[in-house]
Amino acid sequence: MIHTIAIPPDAQMAPLMRGYAASVSARRRQMLLGAAITILAFLLACIGAEVDPDKFWANLGNFGGYFYRISKLDTGSFVWTDPVEWYWGLGRWLRLLGETLLMAYLGTATGFVGGFLACFLCSRNLVAHAWVRVAARRMLEFCRTVPDIVFALIFVIAFGLGPLPGVLAIAIHTTGALGKLFSEVVESIDMKPVEGVAASGGIWVEQIRFGVLPQVLSNFASYGILRFEVNVRGATVLGFVGAGGIGEELLLAIRKFFYSDVSAILLLVAICVMVIDLASEHIRHRLLTIEGGKP
Amino acid sequence: MSDRAALVARFPAAFAPNWSARLQTIGVVGGAVGLYIFGLVTLDFDPSRIMRGFARLGDIFEMMLPPTPDSWSRGQLYFEALIQTLSIAFLGTFMAAILAVPLGFLAARNIVANWLLHILARRSLDTIRSVDTLIWALIWINVVGLGPFAGALAIMTADIAAFGKLMSEAIETADRKPVEGVAAAGGNRLEAIRFGIIPQVLPIFASQVLYFFESNTRSATIIGIVGAGGIGLYLSEEIRVLEWQRAAFLILMVLVTVAIIDQVSQRLRAAIMGNRGR
Repeated sequence: MIHTIAIPPDAQMAPLMRGYAASVSARRRQMLLGAAITILAFLLACIGAEVDPDKFWANLGNFGGYFYRISKLDTGSFVWTDPVEWYWGLGRWLRLLGETLLMAYLGTATGFVGGFLACFLCSRNLVAHAWVRVAARRMLEFCRTVPDIVFALIFVIAFGLGPLPGVLAIAIHTTGALGKLFSEVVESIDMKPVEGVAASGGIWVEQIRFGVLPQVLSNFASYGILRFEVNVRGATVLGFVGAGGIGEELLLAIRKFFYSDVSAILLLVAICVMVIDLASEHIRHRLLTIEGGKP
Repeated sequence: MSDRAALVARFPAAFAPNWSARLQTIGVVGGAVGLYIFGLVTLDFDPSRIMRGFARLGDIFEMMLPPTPDSWSRGQLYFEALIQTLSIAFLGTFMAAILAVPLGFLAARNIVANWLLHILARRSLDTIRSVDTLIWALIWINVVGLGPFAGALAIMTADIAAFGKLMSEAIETADRKPVEGVAAAGGNRLEAIRFGIIPQVLPIFASQVLYFFESNTRSATIIGIVGAGGIGLYLSEEIRVLEWQRAAFLILMVLVTVAIIDQVSQRLRAAIMGNRGR
């Protein structure tokens, strides 16, 4: 099959071609400008971060070497040849890991309740007073912008060393993060059930209980579990500032060059985080299918 | 109310309590509360200690006011540290993004079909991801010494895995039609990737990179706590020596910077994603 393409005469083509060339060159200029700005920012950042390529290349071997060293026992043999010696402190580490998990759970649960209470206050469709909404939002923003480890630093001084400041720090950060996500869910709900409850005489709390909650609960739970996952990871380092959990032990092992301990604890943490990730993914999938099943 | 009674009599099933659902709810909530109480007991939370702590927290808050760096030169020092923090975040994100491009192509199922390689790549990426940035910072400090470069490398390491995954997903979900079109017009495989896939993938990836830059700015503010440069070093020092006013000033600086970066990056992301519609 032969197609013939009718090419318009030059007089018609010329402006089209010019327009095409102009738009292409405009895009190209934009690209180049973006690339130039990025490269400039990169160079400035290199200066700002005191990048020293020589030192980096000279010491890069250390990175591999470090992993080599943490895979060796004091006796000189590889760690996997003698698991009993490698995990000599297993009982203690498991207890600390359990403490870390409990901290993450307590912090997430407390933050879940906090975010739950706050999210209705900053949802446009449920609260008419602008200032209540703005105040609640600013508060949540503050809670989630300050990193949890900074809260932990302050709380360690107020409450003393131990898991308590860690739990509080996680709780506050989680309140901020979940409150925002929850309020976004609440703002996107169908308002008809709420109006129905209001029309049959329900007060604000009843409107939320029977009109809003059934629509949002599975989403809330899914976000809560996702946050727990994040918080477990965060809780492993809270010990760096003395706020409980396995972080303190890990910091000690790294700082004092107990190489085989470093690898043992890192592996424990990694496995624990991965198991929790998988479990939470599984549960969240099920929650979302429950939601999909109920139209 | 007589209406209601009549309705109940006519449709008993609609008004009967759904015991199995209720039991399930009670079980889940009861389990959660039970675990909570177990945690409170195990971690030995003493109510009087909590109350005293909150009282002290109130005192600390009072001592924080007004936030001030105390002297102009110290303010300058803080400002330099803030710039360093931004540099760490930018450098870490940028390096991770560049290194993730080849990784993403490798991990994309439609480009590398070997399932064993695929699973191995996924698992090792997961292992990298499960270690926190601060731990990576401690490890990199052993390699390049104390300072911001270790921080940038730590952020890079922690992000590579996430970027690789995002990149591979973007490639896997890319529309095949432009690729076929380029091939039909006589383009070779390289041209098909350049004109068929990259224009689709680039805006998504760029906006993700900006999003990560936002969150990395937050991580970079604390990375100094372990000695890897940036404003976190001053923050932890001032808190440890109980200079609350300076600490509050530093926290304010962080808040303002994060807010500005969020705004700028949101604008940029909207602009980048908007280009796709045209």
